[in-house]
Amino acid sequence: MTLLKSVKTTAGIALAALILAGCSSTSTTDSDDTMVDTMPVEAQPVAPVEVEDAFVIGTVLYFDFDKSELRADVRASLDERAEALQSKSGVLRLEGHADESGTREYNMALGERRAKAVANYLSSQGVPASQIETVSYGEEKPAMLGGGSDAMAKNRRVELIYSE
Amino acid sequence: MRKQWLAAWLLLCVTSIASAQLTIEITQGNDSPTSIAIVPFSWAERDQLAINITAVIGSDLYRSGVFSIIDKKDMLSLPDNSGDVFYRDWRAIGSEYILVGQLSKVVGNKTLQLNYELMDVQSQKTILVGQVSAKESELRGLAHAVSDDVYEEITGIAGAFSTKILYVSASQSTGQFVYRLMLSDADGYDESIVFESGEPIMSPTWSPDGTQVAYVSFETRKAAIYRHTLASGLKERLTDFPGINGAPNWSPDGTKMAMVLSKGNNPDIYIMDLTSKRLTRVASHFAIDTEPAWTSDGKAVVFTSDRGGKPQIYKVTLEDGWVERLTFEGSYNARARMLPDDRGMIMVHRRKGQYHVALQMFDTGRIYSLSKTSLDESPTIAPNGAMLMYATQYQKKGILAAVSIDGSVKYRLPSTSSDVREPAWSPFLD
Repeated sequence: MTLLKSVKTTAGIALAALILAGCSSTSTTDSDDTMVDTMPVEAQPVAPVEVEDAFVIGTVLYFDFDKSELRADVRASLDERAEALQSKSGVLRLEGHADESGTREYNMALGERRAKAVANYLSSQGVPASQIETVSYGEEKPAMLGGGSDAMAKNRRVELIYSE
Repeated sequence: MRKQWLAAWLLLCVTSIASAQLTIEITQGNDSPTSIAIVPFSWAERDQLAINITAVIGSDLYRSGVFSIIDKKDMLSLPDNSGDVFYRDWRAIGSEYILVGQLSKVVGNKTLQLNYELMDVQSQKTILVGQVSAKESELRGLAHAVSDDVYEEITGIAGAFSTKILYVSASQSTGQFVYRLMLSDADGYDESIVFESGEPIMSPTWSPDGTQVAYVSFETRKAAIYRHTLASGLKERLTDFPGINGAPNWSPDGTKMAMVLSKGNNPDIYIMDLTSKRLTRVASHFAIDTEPAWTSDGKAVVFTSDRGGKPQIYKVTLEDGWVERLTFEGSYNARARMLPDDRGMIMVHRRKGQYHVALQMFDTGRIYSLSKTSLDESPTIAPNGAMLMYATQYQKKGILAAVSIDGSVKYRLPSTSSDVREPAWSPFLD
């Protein structure tokens, strides 16, 4: 009878570092029901942008459960950004996200559908396709941890990230 | 020994963390288990072994749900061979089987040898005689090998205690996530890091021979599929198309990989020939097609699609491209994995707003929920088809959990250090 050879790494110390790093707590904030919001502090690092551009163009759009349709208020805020983009040469990265309910790969597809819905709308408003890129992170990069309907609503989103 | 060193090191630094590994908590046991006495093996040497081998075997067999383990303090004698067994003593304490053995050092090297015998109390016969040897540093593996042997002898089903699992861990520190692809024994012990990144890692899967793994990594700030040879650490990027590169799943013969690509605008199911890297699209629709998994005979691929409005499981027969819907119960059925005999599949099933791990047998078409918690996903089945593992939430943390295929036994494998998810059970390993 043969035995498994266990695969070892020499990462004992790195592993220990991970454990130490793992002692973070999750924070909760009050829910905000508005559909258009400025970038939350939990958002991922953003490429360098001019402050006023980030203010105008960078934003987070929220979506209904299992939906990728843009709401009327979302469209209105996108109109503003589409106009601002046309006088710029930078690229707008649309990061689509899903909440943690359902399966991970299906949520990847849902996140992509949301990012593409925003991209299509911006294109229809005259933003050139070369200025838009989309990526889906599914449920892999939640804006808010801890589950619950408030956190889930914050996670169903597309982040607009502008870089020159 | 590594683990002890690590534990000691951690104790010096932080007293609140005992160990990094997954721990096992049995939450539901079988109501009519077979009782077995695992008599502590004799050991002539003076030095203490790092691993309590009988305890590991007992833990394996108990976790399977098939067995209850006779408490050592109830044993009337501690024989180490069948000749010293008085069956009356064991019948008196309700033991149906007895495992005894002698552990010894093999002279000249650091190898230990275990000679063991399994007795059936009812028939008063020795039904199994075995011998295993292992290095002192691999005694858990030795114990799992004995568990496999005993389990197979009594149940007729191959044991899967010597298998491994892959899973993804995520931890957060000052707003930055660290994602790790982890490899461990099926009981959560002896973990190691396969790959680590500051960007998400997803969808780990095994090659059918257990030597390679594939996964999705966002290390370039977008999804790409990689395969990774475990022994060498050699890593190859298989796809890097615009959009989704996801859900890799190896064909049973190891030559192809099913995957999801959205380069054609919508997520569709493709099969890549791993030698030529040629891609064939096998399921295409303007809806979402994702989460492919092969049938065990390699002739078809099941996948999730919302082409009917809601996500359901479909099957495409590869020879003629025929697509057939497999699930009709409920409004959310996703990420199917076939049973090893293709007689049914496990999947994520939504019932009353809760996401459970469920089993559908093809003869009846009925769907049975195997889990009762609310955010259960990523079911993976042991290669012997007896247990499945999945990811769920417990006390607001991502943990792994397991349930026997008949739903009778459940246990949790929480991590003491991080959120863990996406378990992938290995095939049988040599």
